[in-house]
Amino acid sequence: MSKKTHLDESSNLFAQEEAMLNDIRCRLKDYSAERRDLIPILQMIQEKYAYIAPITIQMVSDHLNIGACEVYSVASFYNQFKFNPPGKHPVKVCMGTACHVKGGDIILENFERKLEIKEGKTTPDREFSIERVACVGCCALAPVVVIGETVHGNMAPSKVEGLILGFQIEKEKQARLKEKQARLKEKRDADENGN
Amino acid sequence: MSKIIVDEQYLEIIEGTNLLQACLENNIYIPNLCYLKERKEKNASCRLCFVEIEGMPKPVTSCTLDVEDGMVVRTDTPAVRRLQRTAFQLLMSVHEVDCAHCPANKKCELQKIARFLKLGLKPKGLDHSLRELETDHDHPFLEYFPHRCVLCGKCIYVCKKRNGRPYLTFAGRGLDTQISFFGDKDPLKLPCAECLACTLICPVAAIIAKTDT
Ligand code: SF4
Ligand code: SF4
Ligand code: FES
Ligand code: FES
Repeated sequence: MSKKTHLDESSNLFAQEEAMLNDIRCRLKDYSAERRDLIPILQMIQEKYAYIAPITIQMVSDHLNIGACEVYSVASFYNQFKFNPPGKHPVKVCMGTACHVKGGDIILENFERKLEIKEGKTTPDREFSIERVACVGCCALAPVVVIGETVHGNMAPSKVEGLILGFQIEKEKQARLKEKQARLKEKRDADENGN
Repeated sequence: MSKIIVDEQYLEIIEGTNLLQACLENNIYIPNLCYLKERKEKNASCRLCFVEIEGMPKPVTSCTLDVEDGMVVRTDTPAVRRLQRTAFQLLMSVHEVDCAHCPANKKCELQKIARFLKLGLKPKGLDHSLRELETDHDHPFLEYFPHRCVLCGKCIYVCKKRNGRPYLTFAGRGLDTQISFFGDKDPLKLPCAECLACTLICPVAAIIAKTDT
């Protein structure tokens, strides 16, 4: 990937975060400054943004006038609250009874190793995140992994690398396509200017 | 004044005194880790301070009871010891036993309790496994050792009491529970450099000043 698109991506992320903070700041006005609103506020943020960033925890604690660590203490108690943004391709490894029996934990471990992140985390480029979930309803295919909307049944450790590679190849293809289009456009613009 | 009998000793105690407190003050030792005299709502989380009381069907935690006139208490029955030994061994099954390199060595509550219960520090017949935890080490003044921590909560209580709000809390749940310093780490915004109350109350040196590491 060219350096320019890297920069684009990170300034894009920055703008996204800025927008998120502004939005949450506005929404907080709908909640009282009392402690009983803590969980409703956390749920609102989780629902809207699919994760609760450290900086938003600070914001909530300012709003309720309690310590940031008190907010974190409550939030970290519940599984429904995540502290990492979901990846573009969220990997959900089934840990239901059937998948567990068929070695779901080995599949999970393989994803963790290949992506170099732990369950509950997101890769630094925000491409992948890993999550463990309960039965996804197709036990006959155990062990099962759901990536995005796609169900992958009869998973085996040897299939993990291929799956990840598939996404990476797709991404590179898209990037090349984009670059090609950009070059074409540049050329067209140059031609037009030339005339 | 209430008259009570503890292990065949007659004691006169001010009515309403905490039972564990009363025993400790009269040199009757009952193992305990999470009891704090000032804390009104007892954690009762360490499950070590069991006693048997006449008229009560089962052993009870002494830190959650107040003295009543006529109480007959036993601190050393087989049932009490069994409960204490089990609770202690469970605690130690996730504890990093490395006394030689621990600042609490020789003044550690766990060593004291092990001696009292005639147990080794490493549990027998239980798996010993250290929890896999992610712990932040970016606090400017304090260092936390999750594998020493017995999750008694005393540090949280004293911090909140002293500073009006806690600067550390429990985070996570179940086996993953640990102390977290989540929040602004700007040294100028933290009262810790002048405080260190948590490091003084911790019974096992799980929180210490960075300068002591
Ligand atoms: S040093 Fe004091 S203020 Fe800082 S965490 Fe410990 S008790 Fe709280
Ligand atoms: S750090 Fe020390 S005082 Fe705090 S909960 Fe752990 S053992 Fe108790
Ligand atoms: S247990 Fe995995 S799909 Fe049912
Ligand atoms: S001192 Fe009573 S339960 Fe810990």
